[in-house]
Amino acid sequence: MISREALRPQGDLRLFLLGVGLALLGVAMIFSAGQVEVASLATGIWRRQLVWLVIALIAFIAVSRIPLRWLDWAAGWLYGAAIVLLVAVLFFGTGPNTRSWLYFGPFGLQPAEFAKLATILLLARTLSSYRGKIDRLSQLARPLAIVLLPIALVALQPDLGSALVFGAILIAGLYWAGVPIATLFMLVSPGISLLLGFSPVVWGIWFLAVAVFLYVQRPYLAEGMLVLLANVAAGALTLPFWRSLAPYQQNRLVVFLDPGVDPRGAGWHLIQSKVAIGSGGWFGQGFAQGPQKRLAFLPEQHTDFVFSVVGEELGFLGVSLMILLLAAFLQRVLTVARTTEDSFASITVFCLFAVWFSHVIINIGMTVGLMPITGLPLPFLSYGGSFLLSLFLGLAIVMRVSAES
Amino acid sequence: MADAAHNGRRRRRASAAQLVLLGSLSLLLLAFFRLQVMRSTTFMLRSQENRLRAITVPAPRGTIYDRHGRIVAENVPGYSISLLPGSPDTLRATLHRLAPYLDLGDGEIDDLVAKHRRFPNQPLMVRDDASFSEISSIEERRPDFPRTVVEMRPRRHYPAGAAIAHLVGYVGEISEVELERPRYADYEPGRLVGKDGIERQYEGTLSGVPGVRYVEVNALGSIVRDFRPRAAVEVQPGTDLTLGLDLELQRYADATFPPGMRGGVVALDPATGEILLLYSHPTFDPNEFIGGIDVGLWRTLQENPDKPLLNRVTTAAYPPGSTFKLVIATTGMAGGKLAIGSYMPTSCRGGLAYGNRFFRCWKPEGHGPLSIAGAIKHSCNVWFYQAGMRIGLDELIEGAARYGFGDPTGIDLPYETPGTFPPSRDWYDERYGRRGWTESVVLNLSIGQGENQQSLVRMAQFYAALATGQAPVVPHIVRSEGLVNRRATWELGLPDSGRRELIAALSAAVNELDGTAYPYRSQNWTMAGKTGTAQNPHGPPHSWFVGFAPVENPEIVIAAIVEFGHPDYQVSQAVPFGIRLVERYLDSLYPEIPKPRTPPPAVLLEETLP
Repeated sequence: MISREALRPQGDLRLFLLGVGLALLGVAMIFSAGQVEVASLATGIWRRQLVWLVIALIAFIAVSRIPLRWLDWAAGWLYGAAIVLLVAVLFFGTGPNTRSWLYFGPFGLQPAEFAKLATILLLARTLSSYRGKIDRLSQLARPLAIVLLPIALVALQPDLGSALVFGAILIAGLYWAGVPIATLFMLVSPGISLLLGFSPVVWGIWFLAVAVFLYVQRPYLAEGMLVLLANVAAGALTLPFWRSLAPYQQNRLVVFLDPGVDPRGAGWHLIQSKVAIGSGGWFGQGFAQGPQKRLAFLPEQHTDFVFSVVGEELGFLGVSLMILLLAAFLQRVLTVARTTEDSFASITVFCLFAVWFSHVIINIGMTVGLMPITGLPLPFLSYGGSFLLSLFLGLAIVMRVSAES
Repeated sequence: MADAAHNGRRRRRASAAQLVLLGSLSLLLLAFFRLQVMRSTTFMLRSQENRLRAITVPAPRGTIYDRHGRIVAENVPGYSISLLPGSPDTLRATLHRLAPYLDLGDGEIDDLVAKHRRFPNQPLMVRDDASFSEISSIEERRPDFPRTVVEMRPRRHYPAGAAIAHLVGYVGEISEVELERPRYADYEPGRLVGKDGIERQYEGTLSGVPGVRYVEVNALGSIVRDFRPRAAVEVQPGTDLTLGLDLELQRYADATFPPGMRGGVVALDPATGEILLLYSHPTFDPNEFIGGIDVGLWRTLQENPDKPLLNRVTTAAYPPGSTFKLVIATTGMAGGKLAIGSYMPTSCRGGLAYGNRFFRCWKPEGHGPLSIAGAIKHSCNVWFYQAGMRIGLDELIEGAARYGFGDPTGIDLPYETPGTFPPSRDWYDERYGRRGWTESVVLNLSIGQGENQQSLVRMAQFYAALATGQAPVVPHIVRSEGLVNRRATWELGLPDSGRRELIAALSAAVNELDGTAYPYRSQNWTMAGKTGTAQNPHGPPHSWFVGFAPVENPEIVIAAIVEFGHPDYQVSQAVPFGIRLVERYLDSLYPEIPKPRTPPPAVLLEETLP
């Protein structure tokens, strides 16, 4: 019934091959992550990842056959469904630290992963509907609302990593839709106030800088006031917000600044990850041979810290190859976003690029201490069915876009 | 037009995004390059530190043999249980899990955790003599006990047990106080060290050097395997020791010590100074100390009024009583104040008036006129009071100091007492005030009383010098050339004729019908000896015997004391005890010489008793 031709992916074939190749490497690394001498959840889990990969490929084939205008039309419905799931997970969700999982029998899904796709689609639909320049803050009300709603819902789980990714979606979408940099800056400035609010002096300097910036840029008065007020509010909220974080979340941020603070607790992950990677040297300890991983010093070796296993076992050469493959993949996604004529398609693809890029940077950066530990998985390599599925759904959209343009 | 502007902006923004992509990925590559290439050596080491643990392999202590190759101290297979370092909470959890199998109480667990806090980087010794059943119950449940190391550990055993306790000492886990001493600078917590006796004195020889092996552990602290690539340090076993001791004689002394009494005995070879026998009673079983002594038993030993832990041969000092009269005689003859055939102006009529006091002889009816030989044979106090006065306090003090009284002999045992003898007149002034004492102290010193306390080994050394006429030997337990050839710095300074006269008197005291030791004499061997009755403030007089045999060619010198062993001038418990030991030793040395085997008379002759 389905012809061979129909199964053959259309669009950027090399992009597809890169994605599948990376996913297969991921299965291999997850296999290695399970080769430990201490009883571990990770042992044998590569089979599940392989099953998920098959499911993801089937979903890929199905979705890549859906015309883009259908997606454009369905964006609102998908978004609505995603919001319902995000609300549901707050009531029925389970998980070790956060309520992020919904279980359908043996299958657990993370609604946040699919909400990211739905939010991208609706954001792209909204932004592409604007004709002409977007330079009024008031024009941003709808896009802002579209993204802030899922941010609020995932923050309640609480899943800070995902909340940050939604933030990245918003900025990426606005950036790609052509919102002026100055407007973006005004939009982002309250977030920076939130970070700087720990020190009144530093925050005061920042606030003055924003005020000077507004004076020079001269936006509408109401908008300028709004930005200033938002900065004040964010700065004042820093400490209450900090206190509302769970201790493990606080630790992760503190440890990012100084892993020696708590070497047996939160700092353990980072120290062990750096030891594993550093002891890899040029060529690594050999596939499945890394002693740090083998003796269970390396935590979360099949999920968040799978790249540390790459570092320990395949060495700097393996790391370089892996980063180059990821870079090539992201580069091709960016090229699709750049070359496509359709505004909705272009914004969608660029947002997907931004999501995957931030995952790569944050996850890999975290293993060497350049980024705080946030629990964001590494695309294609980290174990996780929902994430792999959402990756290939996103990839299907990118492929469809490249096929249609 | 608008589209063109739009496209231009998108191109710029795409280029910017591309720049960010390439820039940040390059930054990541740089970070990995720094970690994996530039600092890889550091992290390789960190990785090894992470997963390798050094485990000390205890060195077997040297075996200790007696003069005939009989085992005094040996190693038998044993097992230790220790925990690898970790956080106090995980150790406590493991200890609680181990508790039912090792019979650990909450108090012991608290103590162990407290010990771990003081040495957080050292393995924590939980048991150093685990039984086989304890070991097997732990091995069966290996995964339940992460960090737990079970090892072969040689266990010390003393076959002669209590008979040998004070001489050999015992071993135990090094204490925290000891760890801080420079002597134990290389020692790690949990190591066994000699705590007393030979075990302590020859710790450096016996202990050997422990080895180290490396094991790989996982993140839970469980040992995964030996780690071969990192060279282990080989164990150097301790060096064996051979003692001059006659273990059979030692056991005999233990078996024949007067029941219910306290005291001690030492015997040495006068030619070499080798200790043949060194026994103190009451005693204890050193095997009880192995693997940590039970607290209750330790308290019992500590608080026992009979002080079983005290070595009464080298660490205790007693008033030497009449055994000291030979020191007086020697001092006098060496200084020319006494000579063969010396009589004293006043004959013994049971005492001597001096100043406003009357100094008694032990025999109320008196000894009559005596020469030096008779005075020794009968142990006449009156004669020696006058001899002491003739010599004078200064010369007496000088003579005693010359013969080493007041100094330790240098025997190879810890905690030897120097004994007490007044070193000068000033000593008396300081003690009693300038006018608080008189010359009459000389009278007490002359009969081995007063400010005069000596150890058994010191008296044995003096008599050994007297017996041979050679330079005095240094008593020693371990057979070694250096110790055999060592000599004390003093000499008797006695003409040989004078020495023979004294020996003849000592021989008469044992072998002649009216000698003080005659009732207990040996049928087989001619022996010389001096009995002693030491007055003391604690109870009835102590019973002393110091002697040697055979008289012609002395092969053994013995000094024995039984505390309060001379209650009523009727029974002298040290004398038969000491003489039987000498007999036993010489019989075993010359089995070919036929012995009459006449038992000594059971009835004591009242008039011959000192």
